[in-house]
Amino acid sequence: MSTLTAPMPSSALDQDWKKVLRWGLICGGALIALCLVGMPVELDRREIIERYLSLGYVSVVLVPIAIGWVSASQVVLEGFESRKQGLFDLVTGLVVGVIGGGLLSLLMVALDSWNLRDPLVNWSPKLFRFLTYENGMGFGAGAWIVTCGVLGLAGASLHVMPRAVRRIVGIVTLGLLSLSVLEEAVSDVSEGFGLEWLTDLIYAKKGGLTLTSTIVVGAVMVVIAALTNGRVKAVTNRYRDMEGVERQKASIILFAVVAVLCIVLPMFLGKIMNELLANVGLFLLLALGLNIVVGLAGLLDLGYVAFFAVGGYTTAVLTSPNSPWFAPELHFGFSLIFVVIFAIIVGLVIGAPVIRMRGDYLAIVTLGFGEIIRLLFMSDWLGPYFGGAQGITNVPGVDLGFATVKGTDPRSVFYLVLFFCVIAIYVSWRLQASRLGRAWMAIREDEQVAEAMGINTVSAKLMAFVVGAVLAAFSGAVLVAKVGSVFPTSFMILISIIILVVVIVGGMGNIAGVMVGSFVLIGVLGGPKQPGLLQEFQNFKLLIYGMLLVFMMLKRPEGLVPSARRSRELHQDEFLQDAWLKGDKPGIDDDADDEDAAPVPVGDGGGEEE
Amino acid sequence: MAVDRFLTFIRVFLVTMIVVGLLAFIWQQFDPENPFAQWRNPGARGLTGDQFKGLLISGLSQGSMYGLIALGYSMVYGVLGFINFAHGEVFMVGAMTGFIASDKFQANGMWESNFLLCLVLIIVMAVFFSTFTAVVMERVAYRPLRNSPRLIPLITSIGVSFFIQNFVLGLFGPSTKSYPRLPEWLSKQRSILTFEIAGTRLLVLAVAAASMAGLWYIVERTKTGKAMRAVAEDKEIASLMGIDVNRTIVTTFAVGGAMAGVGGILWGLMFRSVTHMTGFLPGVKAFTAAVVGGIGNLGGAMAGGISLGSAESIAPLVILEPLGVPGVSQLKDAVAFTVLVLVLLFKPSGLFGERLSSEDRA
Repeated sequence: MSTLTAPMPSSALDQDWKKVLRWGLICGGALIALCLVGMPVELDRREIIERYLSLGYVSVVLVPIAIGWVSASQVVLEGFESRKQGLFDLVTGLVVGVIGGGLLSLLMVALDSWNLRDPLVNWSPKLFRFLTYENGMGFGAGAWIVTCGVLGLAGASLHVMPRAVRRIVGIVTLGLLSLSVLEEAVSDVSEGFGLEWLTDLIYAKKGGLTLTSTIVVGAVMVVIAALTNGRVKAVTNRYRDMEGVERQKASIILFAVVAVLCIVLPMFLGKIMNELLANVGLFLLLALGLNIVVGLAGLLDLGYVAFFAVGGYTTAVLTSPNSPWFAPELHFGFSLIFVVIFAIIVGLVIGAPVIRMRGDYLAIVTLGFGEIIRLLFMSDWLGPYFGGAQGITNVPGVDLGFATVKGTDPRSVFYLVLFFCVIAIYVSWRLQASRLGRAWMAIREDEQVAEAMGINTVSAKLMAFVVGAVLAAFSGAVLVAKVGSVFPTSFMILISIIILVVVIVGGMGNIAGVMVGSFVLIGVLGGPKQPGLLQEFQNFKLLIYGMLLVFMMLKRPEGLVPSARRSRELHQDEFLQDAWLKGDKPGIDDDADDEDAAPVPVGDGGGEEE
Repeated sequence: MAVDRFLTFIRVFLVTMIVVGLLAFIWQQFDPENPFAQWRNPGARGLTGDQFKGLLISGLSQGSMYGLIALGYSMVYGVLGFINFAHGEVFMVGAMTGFIASDKFQANGMWESNFLLCLVLIIVMAVFFSTFTAVVMERVAYRPLRNSPRLIPLITSIGVSFFIQNFVLGLFGPSTKSYPRLPEWLSKQRSILTFEIAGTRLLVLAVAAASMAGLWYIVERTKTGKAMRAVAEDKEIASLMGIDVNRTIVTTFAVGGAMAGVGGILWGLMFRSVTHMTGFLPGVKAFTAAVVGGIGNLGGAMAGGISLGSAESIAPLVILEPLGVPGVSQLKDAVAFTVLVLVLLFKPSGLFGERLSSEDRA
């Protein structure tokens, strides 16, 4: 095929100035918005590199880098030979950064001359001091224009660097950032293993890395990055290419390693980390359930929290002596039987009316059901049975004979959650490849065709609702046993949406993806009420969740760890076009088997295709 | 099939409950000592005529706000075929802008001395910011997803909604903002056709009616409106007819946003309190209203809003109370969602029929 060449700019200054200006304004707008939301000032308390850099400055600095990168990227058209990137793009990044910095300086001037504290709560002298480095207006403005310009340039220069260098830069920056940000986790783990001297060496007393340790660790990371260049990919590729028995063996080894890690690691961890892991596990359980409903069957259930509530309330009523109406004080294990029964009933009752609705109506109606259930639990009507707004307190933990699982002992809670997660993972893994799982995926792809192929869509969809409901109810039961009480306010719609974000960011329809999603989001940012590793982000995590959801939908709807089949569905046009461009195919007339010919997209996580 | 039998059962059950509740209520009105009227709720004595009229008026005025928001849902659904979940947030932005402006006006005394001018000004500002939010939203989040599967833009809009809520929270803080009081000459009780109406509600109804009339004029009488209707019918053919589809879609978002902005101001004037979460419940209820009226149908959206508002204010006292449910006022929101389920169970195309292009009707 003949290649065409994209139009070349004649000189570095021959820019598309309108585009540059637009990106510059976007950059400035983003910077100002960030400052006015209050993120930098609040995050300023957390040190990244002692005395030199705080998380607040990092949050500001990331904006021009990211926008510099985006503004300098070029649209690569299929079949066109793309222009070699160089000085031209650097100029773009630089100008964009300078415009952004200029707008930020305007904000500084405004901060200095007017007081808009009344509506804008973050319009404070604190912000002004933060922006000027406590050094006066002129210095601050000049410094930001220069830094933003340089950062924009840095962002753009990522396009120019050779691949290997870019990889090293990325790994070192990311590694240093996460090492510093995850300080609490790292010190907790190393304390468990008796390696306090190492963390004392790396971290400064008041938090953050010391300057020397930054340089040393950075150098070590450069070496590691250079050494591993290409190897990691080779290993994952080898795993992916394995067939049959060999692959099974590798999978078993991998599984065993993860299992041992899950069982052994908590013993060495402190209370905070175990609490965190328990929360991650609870949300993982929920996310695995939602993954079946949304990811496999394609039913967007926004009222998923209803099942969570049912599990919680059933356990509370059956086990707590304080239950106002009926208090049999059963053992947790016994109550689980009823949890399953009620979850199935509620799943069927909510599922039946919505099953024939079109996808988006289903979403809103389930959201309505989620609210109805919460409102009913809260109302005076059912108050005599479920305690109304006062909830049910004094729920005993899980008595296992040799130990009691209670919220005060997060390690035991983690093991309990782990037990349920293993069940959930096994169930979803077995279901995926089963007849039912394939029916779900067929329904997700095209309901009418699925029906024509003889799938009973109604019962398959109801099964998805029921399985998802049972998993969520388990999670609710464990939550109640952990917290020791249950209130209607614990079951806000917010939870449904956060779980949805977890599933989507991780990768819809992929168990490994959902696991990654809950570890990254719930573990690092935190759940609706549970703090994550980054406690400073407490006030901003919902903002970040919203942004992430939009970003993922725009740029990577298949998630971080995509399921191969799902991404093929989402990018069907591109796959068809690729295949056509490569000349693999005579044309449109054998559309039928494009599933086989389409190249497998990046990262087939977990290998759930077989 | 079992599911169908179950659904029939649910339908029959719900209708029976409604009928029994209604009959018990009517009986109570005539003869409170009757055993049937006292069957579930011995203490109930029915409503007086004035109480009933009051409920009706509050339902109407609240419903007209739902209607204004519902127009945005309905128009976007008609044109793009997805639920713009973030539309409630556009409404909230309008209410928030109104609060900031009116607060400033009150601080310099203009609110008292020249109220009508202030009202016009805050409406203009709220409309501007709401429209701006809606248009930016379309450009950033929805335009790149024009041709993706239906659920993708819906999920995106959930993210947008989350983002706007928390962005506003970050900008203006979590405190509840209260609108200044309306001047006495406007908010006092008036009696019109034997109905006792607070001036505020009258103002709400008047402004809602005026904006509805404006919208009707735009959609049915202008060229832009014609283009909007054409794009809703079939995007491809519309573009072949020389209509700039992108621009029309932006206009649709803008008009919907403007209506939500007006709704936000009215909400603020009536309930006098705004937070960053104000948009969520009215948003979902307005969507319900749009479905009740038949999605894509603008007259339907307004009618749906009014019927939902009335149902929400009347049904708890008229149907639930005679059935012996205590604390019925807490169940207002639950009633609204039940109405949604009922409509979708009995008449999924809404009371006045959907107006969608054939591909969206799937």
